[in-house]
Amino acid sequence: MPASTTPASPPSFGTLVLRWYRINRDGLRATAIGIVSLLAFLLVWHLLTTYRVVFFVRFTNVPSPLAVYASFTKAIHDPKFLLHIALSCRRIFIGFSLAAIVGVPLGLIMGRFKLVHEIIFPVAEVLRPIPAIAWVPMAIMLWPTNEQSIVYITFLGSFFPILVNTLHGMSLVDPVLVRAAQCLGARERSIFREVYFPASLPHIFTGLTVGMGVAWVSLIAAEMISGQYGIGYFTWEAYSLVQYADIALGMIAIGVLGLGSSMLIRGAGQLVMPWRLK
Amino acid sequence: MNEILTKAPQGHIAVRNFSLSYDSIEGPVEAVTDTQIHVKPGEFVSIVGPSGCGKSTLLNAVAGFLKPTTGIVTVDGEKVNGPSAERGMVFQQYSLFPWKTVRENVEFGLKMRGMPRSQRERAARTLLGLAGLEAFEKHYPDKLSGGMKQRVGIVRALATGPKVLLLDEPFGALDAQTRVIMQQILTNMWQRLKISVLFVTHDIDEAIFLSDRVYCMTARPGSIKAEIPIPLERPRQQSMMMSSEFLALRRGLMSLIREESIKAMGGEISDMGLQGLNIELHGASLADVI
Ligand SMILES: Nc1ncnc2c1ncn2[C@@H]1O[C@H](COP(=O)(O)OP(=O)(O)OP(=O)(O)O)[C@@H](O)[C@H]1O
Ligand SMILES: [Mg+2]
Repeated sequence: MPASTTPASPPSFGTLVLRWYRINRDGLRATAIGIVSLLAFLLVWHLLTTYRVVFFVRFTNVPSPLAVYASFTKAIHDPKFLLHIALSCRRIFIGFSLAAIVGVPLGLIMGRFKLVHEIIFPVAEVLRPIPAIAWVPMAIMLWPTNEQSIVYITFLGSFFPILVNTLHGMSLVDPVLVRAAQCLGARERSIFREVYFPASLPHIFTGLTVGMGVAWVSLIAAEMISGQYGIGYFTWEAYSLVQYADIALGMIAIGVLGLGSSMLIRGAGQLVMPWRLK
Repeated sequence: MNEILTKAPQGHIAVRNFSLSYDSIEGPVEAVTDTQIHVKPGEFVSIVGPSGCGKSTLLNAVAGFLKPTTGIVTVDGEKVNGPSAERGMVFQQYSLFPWKTVRENVEFGLKMRGMPRSQRERAARTLLGLAGLEAFEKHYPDKLSGGMKQRVGIVRALATGPKVLLLDEPFGALDAQTRVIMQQILTNMWQRLKISVLFVTHDIDEAIFLSDRVYCMTARPGSIKAEIPIPLERPRQQSMMMSSEFLALRRGLMSLIREESIKAMGGEISDMGLQGLNIELHGASLADVI
Protein backbone atom coordinates (compact mmCIF):
# COMPACT_ATOMS: atom_id res chain seq x y z
CA MET A 1 0.00 0.00 0.00
CA PRO A 2 2.71 2.54 0.81
CA ALA A 3 4.50 1.20 -2.28
CA SER A 4 1.76 2.55 -4.53
CA THR A 5 2.56 6.21 -3.79
CA THR A 6 5.00 7.66 -6.27
CA PRO A 7 8.46 8.33 -4.82
CA ALA A 8 8.85 12.10 -4.31
CA SER A 9 11.97 14.21 -3.93
CA PRO A 10 12.76 15.09 -0.29
CA PRO A 11 10.50 17.96 0.84
CA SER A 12 11.98 21.42 1.23
CA PHE A 13 12.56 23.00 4.63
CA GLY A 14 9.60 25.33 4.14
CA THR A 15 7.30 22.43 3.40
CA LEU A 16 8.51 20.65 6.54
CA VAL A 17 7.82 23.67 8.75
CA LEU A 18 4.40 24.06 7.21
CA ARG A 19 3.65 20.39 7.73
CA TRP A 20 4.87 20.53 11.34
CA TYR A 21 2.65 23.54 11.93
CA ARG A 22 -0.41 21.83 10.44
CA ILE A 23 0.08 18.73 12.62
CA ASN A 24 0.69 20.71 15.83
CA ARG A 25 -1.79 23.50 15.21
CA ASP A 26 -4.11 22.52 18.06
CA GLY A 27 -1.26 22.20 20.53
CA LEU A 28 0.23 25.58 19.52
CA ARG A 29 -3.14 27.24 19.85
CA ALA A 30 -3.65 25.80 23.34
CA THR A 31 -0.17 26.92 24.42
CA ALA A 32 -0.69 30.43 23.08
CA ILE A 33 -4.06 30.83 24.79
CA GLY A 34 -2.61 29.35 27.97
CA ILE A 35 0.18 31.92 28.08
CA VAL A 36 -2.23 34.80 27.44
CA SER A 37 -4.57 33.60 30.16
CA LEU A 38 -1.74 33.29 32.71
CA LEU A 39 -0.56 36.81 31.84
CA ALA A 40 -4.11 38.08 32.30
CA PHE A 41 -4.24 36.42 35.70
CA LEU A 42 -1.00 38.18 36.73
CA LEU A 43 -2.34 41.49 35.47
CA VAL A 44 -5.58 41.17 37.45
CA TRP A 45 -3.60 40.20 40.53
CA HIS A 46 -1.32 43.19 40.01
CA LEU A 47 -4.22 45.63 39.62
CA LEU A 48 -6.16 44.28 42.61
CA THR A 49 -3.15 44.58 44.90
CA THR A 50 -1.65 47.89 43.73
CA TYR A 51 -5.05 49.61 44.08
CA ARG A 52 -5.72 47.70 47.34
CA VAL A 53 -9.23 46.82 46.25
CA VAL A 54 -11.75 46.11 49.01
CA PHE A 55 -14.90 44.52 47.72
CA PHE A 56 -16.07 42.01 50.35
CA VAL A 57 -12.65 40.42 49.82
CA ARG A 58 -9.83 42.63 51.12
CA PHE A 59 -6.72 42.91 49.05
CA THR A 60 -5.25 45.50 51.43
CA ASN A 61 -2.47 43.28 52.73
CA VAL A 62 -2.19 40.89 49.81
CA PRO A 63 1.31 41.10 48.27
CA SER A 64 1.60 42.18 44.64
CA PRO A 65 3.20 39.90 42.03
CA LEU A 66 6.29 42.11 42.02
CA ALA A 67 6.66 41.88 45.79
CA VAL A 68 6.38 38.10 45.57
CA TYR A 69 8.96 38.05 42.81
CA ALA A 70 11.31 40.12 44.96
CA SER A 71 10.96 37.72 47.87
CA PHE A 72 11.46 34.81 45.46
CA THR A 73 14.81 36.16 44.22
CA LYS A 74 15.84 36.57 47.84
CA ALA A 75 14.61 33.14 48.87
CA ILE A 76 16.45 31.13 46.25
CA HIS A 77 19.74 32.34 47.73
CA ASP A 78 18.55 31.57 51.26
CA PRO A 79 19.71 28.08 52.35
CA LYS A 80 16.92 27.96 54.92
CA PHE A 81 14.21 28.32 52.29
CA LEU A 82 15.84 25.61 50.20
CA LEU A 83 16.00 23.40 53.28
CA HIS A 84 12.25 23.86 53.80
CA ILE A 85 11.64 22.71 50.26
CA ALA A 86 14.10 19.84 50.44
CA LEU A 87 12.56 18.53 53.65
CA SER A 88 9.04 18.67 52.26
CA CYS A 89 10.17 16.82 49.16
CA ARG A 90 11.88 14.19 51.29
CA ARG A 91 8.74 13.67 53.37
CA ILE A 92 6.65 13.31 50.23
CA PHE A 93 9.16 10.95 48.70
CA ILE A 94 9.29 8.65 51.73
CA GLY A 95 5.58 8.77 52.60
CA PHE A 96 4.39 8.38 49.03
CA SER A 97 6.90 5.64 48.16
CA LEU A 98 5.87 3.65 51.22
CA ALA A 99 2.22 4.08 50.28
CA ALA A 100 2.93 2.83 46.75
CA ILE A 101 5.12 -0.04 47.93
CA VAL A 102 2.44 -1.22 50.36
CA GLY A 103 -0.72 -0.12 48.53
CA VAL A 104 -0.10 -1.52 45.05
CA PRO A 105 0.89 -5.09 46.04
CA LEU A 106 -1.82 -5.18 48.69
CA GLY A 107 -4.40 -4.11 46.12
CA LEU A 108 -3.17 -6.72 43.65
CA ILE A 109 -3.30 -9.48 46.25
CA MET A 110 -6.69 -8.40 47.57
CA GLY A 111 -8.01 -8.34 44.02
CA ARG A 112 -6.79 -11.84 43.34
CA PHE A 113 -7.49 -13.65 46.62
CA LYS A 114 -10.99 -13.37 47.99
CA LEU A 115 -10.03 -14.27 51.55
CA VAL A 116 -7.47 -11.49 51.82
CA HIS A 117 -10.05 -9.09 50.41
CA GLU A 118 -12.67 -10.21 52.89
CA ILE A 119 -10.28 -9.76 55.82
CA ILE A 120 -8.72 -6.42 54.89
CA PHE A 121 -11.46 -4.59 53.03
CA PRO A 122 -13.75 -3.86 56.05
CA VAL A 123 -10.87 -2.34 58.02
CA ALA A 124 -9.82 -0.27 55.03
CA GLU A 125 -13.36 0.95 54.50
CA VAL A 126 -13.66 2.10 58.12
CA LEU A 127 -10.32 3.92 58.09
CA ARG A 128 -10.59 5.39 54.60
CA PRO A 129 -13.10 8.20 55.27
CA ILE A 130 -10.93 9.63 58.06
CA PRO A 131 -9.01 12.55 56.52
CA ALA A 132 -5.28 12.31 57.04
CA ILE A 133 -5.32 15.64 58.90
CA ALA A 134 -7.61 14.14 61.54
CA TRP A 135 -4.78 11.70 62.25
CA VAL A 136 -2.39 14.44 63.35
CA PRO A 137 -2.89 14.17 67.15
CA MET A 138 -2.92 10.40 66.98
CA ALA A 139 0.17 10.37 64.80
CA ILE A 140 2.04 12.55 67.26
CA MET A 141 1.18 10.06 70.01
CA LEU A 142 2.08 7.06 67.89
CA TRP A 143 5.48 8.08 66.57
CA PRO A 144 8.55 8.99 68.61
CA THR A 145 9.59 11.94 66.44
CA ASN A 146 7.73 14.74 64.75
CA GLU A 147 9.39 13.88 61.46
CA GLN A 148 8.04 10.34 61.56
CA SER A 149 4.52 11.45 62.35
CA ILE A 150 4.52 13.87 59.41
CA VAL A 151 5.76 11.16 57.05
CA TYR A 152 3.09 8.87 58.47
CA ILE A 153 0.37 11.42 57.70
CA THR A 154 1.67 11.77 54.16
CA PHE A 155 1.71 8.00 53.82
CA LEU A 156 -1.89 7.70 55.02
CA GLY A 157 -3.09 10.40 52.66
CA SER A 158 -1.75 8.67 49.57
CA PHE A 159 -2.24 5.08 50.70
CA PHE A 160 -6.02 4.80 50.31
CA PRO A 161 -6.37 6.28 46.83
CA ILE A 162 -3.58 3.95 45.66
CA LEU A 163 -5.14 0.89 47.29
CA VAL A 164 -8.67 1.62 46.08
CA ASN A 165 -7.65 2.32 42.50
CA THR A 166 -5.47 -0.78 42.31
CA LEU A 167 -8.39 -2.85 43.57
CA HIS A 168 -10.65 -1.23 41.01
CA GLY A 169 -8.18 -2.04 38.23
CA MET A 170 -8.04 -5.67 39.36
CA SER A 171 -11.81 -5.96 39.32
CA LEU A 172 -11.90 -4.80 35.69
CA VAL A 173 -9.38 -7.29 34.29
CA ASP A 174 -10.96 -8.94 31.26
CA PRO A 175 -11.53 -12.62 32.13
CA VAL A 176 -11.06 -13.55 28.46
CA LEU A 177 -7.44 -12.41 28.68
CA VAL A 178 -6.93 -14.64 31.71
CA ARG A 179 -8.40 -17.55 29.79
CA ALA A 180 -6.23 -16.78 26.78
CA ALA A 181 -3.15 -16.87 29.02
CA GLN A 182 -4.24 -20.17 30.58
CA CYS A 183 -4.66 -21.72 27.13
CA LEU A 184 -1.11 -20.69 26.35
CA GLY A 185 0.23 -22.57 29.34
CA ALA A 186 0.42 -19.73 31.90
CA ARG A 187 0.26 -20.76 35.56
CA GLU A 188 -1.00 -18.70 38.47
CA ARG A 189 2.18 -16.74 38.99
CA SER A 190 2.68 -15.89 35.32
CA ILE A 191 -0.96 -14.91 34.96
CA PHE A 192 -0.47 -12.52 37.84
CA ARG A 193 2.65 -10.99 36.36
CA GLU A 194 1.69 -11.06 32.69
CA VAL A 195 -2.04 -10.35 32.83
CA TYR A 196 -3.41 -9.01 36.10
CA PHE A 197 -0.57 -6.60 36.77
CA PRO A 198 -0.26 -4.94 33.34
CA ALA A 199 -4.04 -4.90 32.94
CA SER A 200 -4.37 -2.99 36.22
CA LEU A 201 -1.53 -0.55 35.49
CA PRO A 202 -3.68 2.26 34.07
CA HIS A 203 -5.77 2.27 37.25
CA ILE A 204 -2.71 1.91 39.43
CA PHE A 205 -1.35 5.08 37.85
CA THR A 206 -4.64 6.87 38.37
CA GLY A 207 -4.28 5.88 42.03
CA LEU A 208 -0.70 7.13 42.13
CA THR A 209 -1.68 10.49 40.61
CA VAL A 210 -4.59 10.99 42.99
CA GLY A 211 -2.47 9.69 45.86
CA MET A 212 0.27 12.19 45.09
CA GLY A 213 -2.23 15.05 45.23
CA VAL A 214 -3.61 13.91 48.56
CA ALA A 215 -0.07 13.36 49.86
CA TRP A 216 0.70 17.06 49.35
CA VAL A 217 -2.57 18.14 50.95
CA SER A 218 -1.86 16.00 53.99
CA LEU A 219 1.79 17.01 54.20
CA ILE A 220 1.09 20.76 54.14
CA ALA A 221 -1.61 20.42 56.79
CA ALA A 222 0.65 18.33 59.00
CA GLU A 223 3.55 20.75 58.59
CA MET A 224 1.38 23.73 59.44
CA ILE A 225 0.21 22.06 62.61
CA SER A 226 3.26 20.26 63.92
CA GLY A 227 6.29 21.00 61.78
CA GLN A 228 9.45 22.87 62.37
CA TYR A 229 10.55 22.72 58.80
CA GLY A 230 8.91 22.24 55.46
CA ILE A 231 7.22 24.47 52.93
CA GLY A 232 3.90 24.26 54.78
CA TYR A 233 5.58 25.41 57.95
CA PHE A 234 7.34 28.17 55.99
CA THR A 235 4.01 29.48 54.72
CA TRP A 236 2.39 29.43 58.13
CA GLU A 237 5.44 31.01 59.75
CA ALA A 238 5.38 33.81 57.16
CA TYR A 239 1.90 34.69 58.35
CA SER A 240 2.97 34.77 62.00
CA LEU A 241 5.97 36.94 61.13
CA VAL A 242 3.84 39.28 58.98
CA GLN A 243 5.92 38.42 55.88
CA TYR A 244 2.99 38.68 53.51
CA ALA A 245 5.00 38.21 50.33
CA ASP A 246 6.39 34.95 51.71
CA ILE A 247 2.85 33.60 52.19
CA ALA A 248 2.22 33.86 48.48
CA LEU A 249 5.70 32.56 47.73
CA GLY A 250 5.05 29.49 49.91
CA MET A 251 1.71 28.89 48.21
CA ILE A 252 3.19 29.15 44.75
CA ALA A 253 6.06 26.85 45.73
CA ILE A 254 3.55 24.26 46.97
CA GLY A 255 1.62 24.54 43.72
CA VAL A 256 4.73 24.14 41.59
CA LEU A 257 5.98 21.19 43.63
CA GLY A 258 2.58 19.49 43.42
CA LEU A 259 2.41 20.04 39.68
CA GLY A 260 5.98 18.81 39.20
CA SER A 261 5.43 15.62 41.15
CA SER A 262 2.23 14.75 39.32
CA MET A 263 4.03 15.37 36.02
CA LEU A 264 6.75 12.98 37.15
CA ILE A 265 4.11 10.32 37.75
CA ARG A 266 2.49 10.93 34.41
CA GLY A 267 5.89 10.60 32.73
CA ALA A 268 6.59 7.38 34.59
CA GLY A 269 3.20 6.09 33.48
CA GLN A 270 4.02 6.77 29.84
CA LEU A 271 7.34 4.98 30.22
CA VAL A 272 5.77 1.96 31.85
CA MET A 273 2.74 1.78 29.55
CA PRO A 274 4.02 2.44 26.03
CA TRP A 275 0.97 0.72 24.57
CA ARG A 276 -1.23 3.56 25.81
CA LEU A 277 0.61 6.23 23.81
CA LYS A 278 -1.44 7.74 21.03
CA MET B 1 -9.65 -46.24 23.38
CA ASN B 2 -7.36 -49.12 22.49
CA GLU B 3 -7.47 -48.07 18.91
CA ILE B 4 -6.28 -44.59 19.89
CA LEU B 5 -3.44 -45.93 21.98
CA THR B 6 -2.13 -48.29 19.37
CA LYS B 7 -2.19 -45.70 16.60
CA ALA B 8 -0.92 -42.98 18.95
CA PRO B 9 -2.42 -40.19 16.87
CA GLN B 10 -2.23 -36.55 17.86
CA GLY B 11 -5.27 -34.51 18.70
CA HIS B 12 -8.17 -36.91 18.93
CA ILE B 13 -10.97 -35.13 20.78
CA ALA B 14 -13.74 -37.25 22.28
CA VAL B 15 -16.74 -35.94 24.21
CA ARG B 16 -18.92 -38.69 25.66
CA ASN B 17 -22.28 -38.70 27.47
CA PHE B 18 -21.70 -35.04 28.05
CA SER B 19 -24.08 -32.72 29.85
CA LEU B 20 -23.48 -29.43 31.60
CA SER B 21 -25.76 -27.39 33.84
CA TYR B 22 -25.16 -23.90 35.17
CA ASP B 23 -26.27 -23.02 38.67
CA SER B 24 -28.73 -20.18 38.90
CA ILE B 25 -31.19 -18.88 41.49
CA GLU B 26 -34.07 -20.74 39.86
CA GLY B 27 -32.08 -23.95 40.02
CA PRO B 28 -29.74 -25.61 37.54
CA VAL B 29 -29.97 -24.43 33.93
CA GLU B 30 -29.23 -27.29 31.59
CA ALA B 31 -27.17 -25.80 28.77
CA VAL B 32 -26.00 -28.96 27.01
CA THR B 33 -27.42 -32.43 27.39
CA ASP B 34 -26.58 -35.96 26.28
CA THR B 35 -23.92 -35.02 23.76
CA GLN B 36 -21.34 -37.13 21.99
CA ILE B 37 -18.89 -35.62 19.57
CA HIS B 38 -15.44 -36.47 18.36
CA VAL B 39 -12.76 -34.95 16.18
CA LYS B 40 -10.32 -37.27 14.51
CA PRO B 41 -6.65 -36.34 14.32
CA GLY B 42 -6.18 -33.72 11.64
CA GLU B 43 -9.88 -33.28 11.07
CA PHE B 44 -11.69 -29.95 10.78
CA VAL B 45 -15.05 -30.13 12.54
CA SER B 46 -17.59 -27.36 13.03
CA ILE B 47 -20.47 -26.97 15.45
CA VAL B 48 -23.42 -24.90 14.31
CA GLY B 49 -26.62 -24.23 16.15
CA PRO B 50 -29.07 -21.50 17.13
CA SER B 51 -28.04 -18.75 19.49
CA GLY B 52 -27.82 -19.84 23.11
CA CYS B 53 -27.87 -23.56 22.36
CA GLY B 54 -24.66 -24.24 24.26
CA LYS B 55 -21.96 -24.15 21.57
CA SER B 56 -19.62 -22.04 23.67
CA THR B 57 -20.38 -24.15 26.70
CA LEU B 58 -19.33 -27.29 24.87
CA LEU B 59 -16.17 -25.68 23.50
CA ASN B 60 -15.22 -24.24 26.88
CA ALA B 61 -15.55 -27.70 28.38
CA VAL B 62 -13.16 -29.06 25.75
CA ALA B 63 -10.79 -26.19 26.51
CA GLY B 64 -10.98 -27.14 30.20
CA PHE B 65 -12.61 -23.96 31.51
CA LEU B 66 -15.81 -25.76 32.50
CA LYS B 67 -16.26 -29.14 34.14
CA PRO B 68 -18.92 -31.41 32.64
CA THR B 69 -21.83 -32.16 34.95
CA THR B 70 -21.88 -35.67 33.56
CA GLY B 71 -19.74 -37.40 31.01
CA ILE B 72 -16.15 -36.96 30.03
CA VAL B 73 -13.94 -35.00 27.64
CA THR B 74 -10.71 -36.59 26.48
CA VAL B 75 -7.92 -35.62 24.12
CA ASP B 76 -5.90 -38.59 22.92
CA GLY B 77 -7.47 -40.67 25.65
CA GLU B 78 -6.42 -38.32 28.43
CA LYS B 79 -9.10 -36.69 30.52
CA VAL B 80 -9.32 -32.90 30.23
CA ASN B 81 -8.92 -31.41 33.70
CA GLY B 82 -8.23 -27.76 33.02
CA PRO B 83 -6.88 -25.39 30.41
CA SER B 84 -3.53 -26.30 28.91
CA ALA B 85 -1.23 -25.30 26.09
CA GLU B 86 -2.11 -28.60 24.41
CA ARG B 87 -5.41 -27.04 23.41
CA GLY B 88 -5.03 -23.69 21.70
CA MET B 89 -8.03 -21.41 21.70
CA VAL B 90 -9.17 -18.41 19.69
CA PHE B 91 -11.96 -16.26 21.07
CA GLN B 92 -14.54 -14.10 19.38
CA GLN B 93 -13.40 -11.08 21.37
CA TYR B 94 -9.90 -10.67 20.05
CA SER B 95 -8.26 -11.30 23.42
CA LEU B 96 -4.78 -10.15 22.42
CA PHE B 97 -2.81 -8.71 25.34
CA PRO B 98 -3.00 -4.95 24.70
CA TRP B 99 0.27 -4.35 26.60
CA LYS B 100 2.24 -6.68 24.38
CA THR B 101 3.32 -6.03 20.82
CA VAL B 102 2.18 -8.38 18.09
CA ARG B 103 5.39 -10.35 18.36
CA GLU B 104 5.29 -10.49 22.16
CA ASN B 105 1.73 -11.79 21.94
CA VAL B 106 2.83 -14.57 19.62
CA GLU B 107 5.82 -15.33 21.84
CA PHE B 108 3.71 -15.61 24.97
CA GLY B 109 3.09 -19.36 24.91
CA LEU B 110 6.76 -20.07 24.16
CA LYS B 111 7.79 -17.80 27.02
CA MET B 112 5.49 -19.72 29.37
CA ARG B 113 7.23 -22.86 28.26
CA GLY B 114 10.58 -21.36 29.22
CA MET B 115 12.04 -20.95 25.75
CA PRO B 116 14.99 -18.52 25.75
CA ARG B 117 14.30 -15.07 24.38
CA SER B 118 16.34 -15.15 21.18
CA GLN B 119 14.92 -18.50 20.20
CA ARG B 120 11.31 -17.53 20.74
CA GLU B 121 11.83 -14.24 18.92
CA ARG B 122 13.01 -16.15 15.91
CA ALA B 123 10.11 -18.58 16.11
CA ALA B 124 7.57 -15.76 16.43
CA ARG B 125 9.04 -13.93 13.45
CA THR B 126 8.82 -17.03 11.30
CA LEU B 127 5.19 -17.60 12.26
CA LEU B 128 4.26 -13.97 11.68
CA GLY B 129 5.94 -14.16 8.31
CA LEU B 130 3.76 -17.12 7.35
CA ALA B 131 0.68 -15.12 8.26
CA GLY B 132 1.93 -12.07 6.36
CA LEU B 133 2.20 -10.03 9.52
CA GLU B 134 5.96 -9.51 9.85
CA ALA B 135 5.63 -5.80 9.10
CA PHE B 136 3.43 -5.40 12.17
CA GLU B 137 5.53 -7.29 14.71
CA LYS B 138 6.29 -4.15 16.75
CA HIS B 139 2.73 -2.78 16.66
CA TYR B 140 0.44 -2.88 19.65
CA PRO B 141 -2.88 -4.66 19.02
CA ASP B 142 -4.75 -1.37 19.34
CA LYS B 143 -3.38 -0.25 16.00
CA LEU B 144 -4.51 -3.34 14.08
CA SER B 145 -7.72 -3.98 12.17
CA GLY B 146 -10.07 -6.68 13.40
CA GLY B 147 -8.95 -9.14 10.74
CA MET B 148 -5.29 -8.65 11.60
CA LYS B 149 -5.98 -9.01 15.31
CA GLN B 150 -7.69 -12.31 14.72
CA ARG B 151 -4.86 -13.51 12.50
CA VAL B 152 -2.45 -12.72 15.32
CA GLY B 153 -4.79 -14.56 17.69
CA ILE B 154 -4.68 -17.66 15.52
CA VAL B 155 -0.90 -17.48 15.09
CA ARG B 156 -0.51 -17.03 18.83
CA ALA B 157 -2.64 -20.10 19.53
CA LEU B 158 -0.63 -22.15 17.03
CA ALA B 159 2.80 -20.97 18.18
CA THR B 160 3.12 -23.55 20.93
CA GLY B 161 2.25 -26.38 18.59
CA PRO B 162 -0.99 -27.47 20.29
CA LYS B 163 -2.57 -30.83 19.55
CA VAL B 164 -5.93 -29.24 18.79
CA LEU B 165 -7.19 -25.78 17.94
CA LEU B 166 -10.50 -24.55 19.35
CA LEU B 167 -12.20 -21.52 17.82
CA ASP B 168 -15.34 -19.86 19.19
CA GLU B 169 -16.93 -17.72 16.47
CA PRO B 170 -13.53 -16.23 15.70
CA PHE B 171 -14.81 -14.21 12.75
CA GLY B 172 -18.11 -13.22 14.33
CA ALA B 173 -17.07 -9.61 14.85
CA LEU B 174 -15.64 -9.08 11.36
CA ASP B 175 -17.33 -7.51 8.36
CA ALA B 176 -18.46 -9.80 5.55
CA GLN B 177 -15.50 -9.18 3.21
CA THR B 178 -12.84 -9.62 5.87
CA ARG B 179 -14.63 -12.72 7.06
CA VAL B 180 -14.37 -14.38 3.68
CA ILE B 181 -10.65 -13.59 3.48
CA MET B 182 -10.08 -14.93 6.99
CA GLN B 183 -11.88 -18.15 6.12
CA GLN B 184 -9.56 -18.62 3.15
CA ILE B 185 -6.51 -17.91 5.30
CA LEU B 186 -7.66 -20.35 7.97
CA THR B 187 -8.36 -23.14 5.54
CA ASN B 188 -4.94 -22.59 3.88
CA MET B 189 -3.19 -22.69 7.24
CA TRP B 190 -5.05 -25.81 8.25
CA GLN B 191 -4.23 -27.45 4.93
CA ARG B 192 -0.55 -27.05 5.80
CA LEU B 193 -0.64 -27.94 9.47
CA LYS B 194 -3.27 -30.68 9.47
CA ILE B 195 -4.06 -29.93 13.08
CA SER B 196 -7.37 -31.08 14.59
CA VAL B 197 -9.81 -28.18 14.72
CA LEU B 198 -13.10 -27.72 16.55
CA PHE B 199 -14.78 -24.62 15.20
CA VAL B 200 -17.94 -22.99 16.57
CA THR B 201 -19.99 -20.70 14.37
CA HIS B 202 -23.55 -19.83 13.54
CA ASP B 203 -22.64 -19.06 9.94
CA ILE B 204 -23.65 -22.07 7.85
CA ASP B 205 -21.60 -21.09 4.78
CA GLU B 206 -18.54 -20.71 6.94
CA ALA B 207 -19.06 -24.12 8.54
CA ILE B 208 -19.48 -25.89 5.18
CA PHE B 209 -16.61 -24.07 3.52
CA LEU B 210 -14.11 -24.92 6.25
CA SER B 211 -15.13 -28.31 7.56
CA ASP B 212 -14.77 -32.00 6.96
CA ARG B 213 -17.78 -32.57 9.15
CA VAL B 214 -20.45 -30.36 10.73
CA TYR B 215 -22.40 -31.05 13.90
CA CYS B 216 -25.74 -29.32 14.08
CA MET B 217 -27.08 -28.68 17.59
CA THR B 218 -30.64 -28.47 18.87
CA ALA B 219 -32.05 -25.48 20.73
CA ARG B 220 -31.31 -25.33 24.44
CA PRO B 221 -30.67 -27.65 26.15
CA GLY B 222 -28.31 -28.34 23.30
CA SER B 223 -27.57 -31.77 21.97
CA ILE B 224 -26.44 -33.07 18.61
CA LYS B 225 -29.32 -33.05 16.17
CA ALA B 226 -27.38 -34.14 13.11
CA GLU B 227 -23.89 -34.86 11.88
CA ILE B 228 -23.21 -33.89 8.28
CA PRO B 229 -20.08 -34.91 6.40
CA ILE B 230 -18.82 -32.32 3.91
CA PRO B 231 -17.36 -34.21 0.99
CA LEU B 232 -16.17 -31.09 -0.90
CA GLU B 233 -12.70 -31.49 -2.30
CA ARG B 234 -9.61 -29.93 -0.75
CA PRO B 235 -7.98 -27.44 -0.90
CA ARG B 236 -11.07 -25.31 -0.60
CA GLN B 237 -11.58 -22.17 -2.69
CA GLN B 238 -14.19 -19.45 -2.35
CA SER B 239 -15.44 -20.27 -5.84
CA MET B 240 -16.73 -23.61 -4.54
CA MET B 241 -19.43 -21.74 -2.64
CA MET B 242 -21.36 -21.44 -5.89
CA SER B 243 -21.21 -25.14 -6.72
CA SER B 244 -24.42 -27.12 -6.69
CA GLU B 245 -22.86 -29.53 -4.21
CA PHE B 246 -22.22 -26.68 -1.78
CA LEU B 247 -25.67 -25.25 -2.26
CA ALA B 248 -27.30 -28.61 -1.62
CA LEU B 249 -25.38 -28.99 1.62
CA ARG B 250 -26.35 -25.46 2.51
CA ARG B 251 -30.05 -26.10 1.91
CA GLY B 252 -29.95 -29.19 4.10
CA LEU B 253 -28.19 -27.50 6.99
CA MET B 254 -30.30 -24.40 6.65
CA SER B 255 -33.56 -26.21 7.21
CA LEU B 256 -32.13 -28.13 10.17
CA ILE B 257 -30.99 -24.90 11.81
CA ARG B 258 -34.15 -23.01 11.05
CA GLU B 259 -36.28 -25.53 12.85
CA GLU B 260 -34.11 -25.20 15.92
CA SER B 261 -33.91 -21.41 15.76
CA ILE B 262 -37.68 -21.22 15.74
CA LYS B 263 -37.86 -23.54 18.72
CA ALA B 264 -35.30 -21.38 20.48
CA MET B 265 -37.33 -18.28 19.73
CA GLY B 266 -40.70 -19.88 20.40
CA GLY B 267 -41.02 -18.28 23.81
CA GLU B 268 -40.20 -14.85 22.50
CA ILE B 269 -42.59 -15.11 19.61
CA SER B 270 -45.50 -16.05 21.85
CA ASP B 271 -44.45 -13.34 24.30
CA MET B 272 -44.80 -10.84 21.52
CA GLY B 273 -48.43 -11.87 21.18
CA LEU B 274 -48.04 -13.57 17.83
CA GLN B 275 -49.95 -16.51 19.19
CA GLY B 276 -53.05 -14.36 18.87
CA LEU B 277 -52.44 -14.30 15.13
CA ASN B 278 -53.10 -18.04 15.09
CA ILE B 279 -49.62 -18.96 14.05
CA GLU B 280 -49.00 -22.54 15.07
CA LEU B 281 -45.98 -22.44 17.33
CA HIS B 282 -44.75 -25.99 17.28
CA GLY B 283 -41.56 -26.57 15.39
CA ALA B 284 -41.78 -27.52 11.76
CA SER B 285 -45.23 -26.11 11.18
CA LEU B 286 -44.08 -22.59 11.99
CA ALA B 287 -41.02 -23.17 9.85
CA ASP B 288 -43.34 -23.75 6.94
CA VAL B 289 -45.17 -20.50 7.62
CA ILE B 290 -41.95 -18.52 7.77
N1 LIG C 1 -22.74 -18.66 33.61
C1 LIG C 1 -23.98 -19.01 33.21
N2 LIG C 1 -24.98 -19.15 34.11
C2 LIG C 1 -26.22 -19.51 33.71
N3 LIG C 1 -26.56 -19.75 32.45
C3 LIG C 1 -25.62 -19.62 31.50
C4 LIG C 1 -24.29 -19.25 31.82
N4 LIG C 1 -23.57 -19.20 30.69
C5 LIG C 1 -24.42 -19.52 29.71
N5 LIG C 1 -25.65 -19.78 30.19
C6 LIG C 1 -26.80 -20.21 29.40
O1 LIG C 1 -26.49 -21.44 28.78
C7 LIG C 1 -26.95 -21.44 27.44
C8 LIG C 1 -25.83 -21.80 26.52
O2 LIG C 1 -24.89 -20.75 26.50
P1 LIG C 1 -23.72 -20.71 25.44
O3 LIG C 1 -22.98 -19.44 25.66
O4 LIG C 1 -22.97 -21.98 25.50
O5 LIG C 1 -24.52 -20.63 24.07
P2 LIG C 1 -24.00 -20.39 22.60
O6 LIG C 1 -24.56 -21.46 21.76
O7 LIG C 1 -22.54 -20.20 22.60
O8 LIG C 1 -24.72 -19.03 22.24
P3 LIG C 1 -24.25 -17.87 21.25
O9 LIG C 1 -24.59 -18.31 19.88
O10 LIG C 1 -25.09 -16.72 21.68
O11 LIG C 1 -22.79 -17.65 21.47
C9 LIG C 1 -27.51 -20.07 27.16
O12 LIG C 1 -28.91 -20.18 27.12
C10 LIG C 1 -27.08 -19.22 28.29
O13 LIG C 1 -28.11 -18.34 28.66
MG1 LIG D 1 -21.19 -18.55 22.15
